[in-house]
Amino acid sequence: MYKYDAIDQQIVDERVKQYRDQTRRYLAGQLSDDEFRPLRLQNGLYIQRHAPMLRIAVPYGMLSSKQLRKLGDIAKRYDRGYGHFSTRQNLQLNWPKLEDVPEILAELATVQMHAIQTSGNCIRNITTDQFASIAPDEVIDPRAMAEVMRQWSTFHPEFALLPRKFKIAVSGTKQDRAIVQAHDIGLEFYRDSNNQVAIKVWVGGGLGRTPILGTVIRDHLEWQHALTYCEAIIRVYNMHGRRDNAYKARIKILVKALGIEEFKQQVEAEWVHIKDGPNTITEAELHRVAQHFEPMPYETLPAHDAGFDSAIASNPAFSSWVKRCTHAHKQSGYRAVTLSLKPHGKPPGDISSEQMQMVADLADAYSFGELRASHEQNLILADVKLSDLFAIWEKARAAGLATPNIGLLTDMICCPGGDFCSLANAKSIPIAEAIQMQFDNLDYLHDIGDLELNISGCMNACGHHHVGHIGILGVDKDGSEWYQVTIGGKQGNDASIGTVIGPSFSAEEMPGVVQRLIEVYLKERTDEERFIDTVRRLGIAPFKAHVYAEKEAA
Amino acid sequence: MSNLIKDNALVADEWTRVIPPSLGDEVVKKQAGKVVLFKLTGEPTYSPAQIAATQIPATGKVLLPLTVWQANVEQLASRMAAGEIGILIATHEPLDSLAATFADINELPLIAVFVERFPDGRIFTIGNLLRTRYGFKNELRAVGDVLRDQLFFLKRSGFSSYLIRADRSAEDALASLKDFSQPYQGAVDDALPVWRRVDRA
Repeated sequence: MYKYDAIDQQIVDERVKQYRDQTRRYLAGQLSDDEFRPLRLQNGLYIQRHAPMLRIAVPYGMLSSKQLRKLGDIAKRYDRGYGHFSTRQNLQLNWPKLEDVPEILAELATVQMHAIQTSGNCIRNITTDQFASIAPDEVIDPRAMAEVMRQWSTFHPEFALLPRKFKIAVSGTKQDRAIVQAHDIGLEFYRDSNNQVAIKVWVGGGLGRTPILGTVIRDHLEWQHALTYCEAIIRVYNMHGRRDNAYKARIKILVKALGIEEFKQQVEAEWVHIKDGPNTITEAELHRVAQHFEPMPYETLPAHDAGFDSAIASNPAFSSWVKRCTHAHKQSGYRAVTLSLKPHGKPPGDISSEQMQMVADLADAYSFGELRASHEQNLILADVKLSDLFAIWEKARAAGLATPNIGLLTDMICCPGGDFCSLANAKSIPIAEAIQMQFDNLDYLHDIGDLELNISGCMNACGHHHVGHIGILGVDKDGSEWYQVTIGGKQGNDASIGTVIGPSFSAEEMPGVVQRLIEVYLKERTDEERFIDTVRRLGIAPFKAHVYAEKEAA
Repeated sequence: MSNLIKDNALVADEWTRVIPPSLGDEVVKKQAGKVVLFKLTGEPTYSPAQIAATQIPATGKVLLPLTVWQANVEQLASRMAAGEIGILIATHEPLDSLAATFADINELPLIAVFVERFPDGRIFTIGNLLRTRYGFKNELRAVGDVLRDQLFFLKRSGFSSYLIRADRSAEDALASLKDFSQPYQGAVDDALPVWRRVDRA
């Protein structure tokens, strides 16, 4: 993974110094709340329901074991001994003290980490596929470009105070796992007809209050122009995006208002002036960064391992974990492992300090000392030998990190919700826990098969509910908490936004509602159909009828 | 002492900013009961009546809103020639109308950009465009809600002077011009990104 040189280190060190002084001035009454707000937000610090929340950047999801140990250590010393992985591959601490944040940042800087631009109206952490570089369907490893873009976007002076937050995702696979269509800018890397690396550029996607999938603004962009083209897009947005209404300030609203043709015309007119300028990426710079992402020193191994094969044959629990929690690898004899942060009855994405230490040990012992965080809020050991899987499983299981539910209904995406977040209309974690308990039967879960259930506590959609096969959105009705249900959302190349099935439900009703949606699926599915396929084939009517039948009878 | 920073130092402000009078007829825009804080790009700043009622000091260097200048071009021609006229635009005013008003934008010794609220990041793009697109070479000043924590970005976006908000110390603010010693990306003050500036290999 990318390692800082003296310049990178100086920037994070100077940031710590700057933010320490900003905090000092705020506490001394020299900065008002309104003046401090954008400063602290651009350092990931929210003022939450119970305490501040600090969001630490995990650039494109890459972590070293050393960094994870430091995070575990910080969570123990400055928080309550746990952290929460978010849907944008970052780590959140729910209980730090505002006064301690400069010290936490100084600690992070010692392991080449920071909280720069993890919130606020600026370019946020750039996200990508958690299986970058190892996925068999990968065409281009997007991480070097993601790092080049991370550096470019860090303290970009022109885009320091945009109308609203700005999220960029990059992907280099045939099957998109980075939801590029749900981002302000999505960059899809591919090889063009001349075998050169090119980019398909999507713009104006986003979830939140007005979910919209992005539109292609350019089918073919040579990689050298990634920065200048993004500058042209963001410049048009910075000048013309709405600042008069926070709910209409995202770039998607501007793109819709102008129409993609007019928006594109303005972007291209701007780009003419900066194309081929100094921010054009050079071969040398890409190469310098790409050296940090060279393939791991893999052993040459056969595609099968006798010990592994016999463990699968003799141990059904191990076998079901392998089926759900390990993933195909480019390299023969290797797999990627997902450590589930979704044990039944615990908040999705939470991890204790002890678990962080333990996962760091696993990474050191079995996966070249590196890890990835996924937007599904799990941790990944990317490069594991088949012969090591059984040992990892035993250790992970002992630490509560081997629930074999990856991709299943209980592998939910869930925001912190009303228990922590001051924006939330409703709690989300207790709903996730109640549903997990309702489906706490692994055989039944495996029979239901692939299903993505996403929960957000408000329309800001941090839980990506619009693209869940089943989406649950917390809403406020006359001061009490209700839940609106959508079905048919999907991430990936054939992404779609879910459809609302009808009036919302109380918290107590939710496990039963999911149960009835599943009943319809199990009754109607054909042999090879996943839940999403059945919904797409039948539409929402039969699901709606069954879910509301009982209500109407009552 | 003035609150003006120029060339990394506190200096006296030679310019008198001319502000059209409030005639009490301004419309407060509201949305869902809240006052709208930012003007949309292209919205007018002053009414024709306000512009007509504006008093311009008879002598000295004056900083005029673009629309006030446009209404007084002939009367002020000699003062323009004498270098006594600077032009102020707000962050929501289109740069095209500024450029269209002057045959050579470098006739102006000073352009000031007024930012009503510091979170309005349009000021950075405006600075950038004035320098790189319109070729403005003289003093470019940030005025209005100008605070030290935005200075580094303003400097990188092409500004050369900053009138710090009156209730804040400009002396303290000087330190923020040096917040970062080696920024990553190319911008107006240094067009080269770090990888073209230094050898990182």
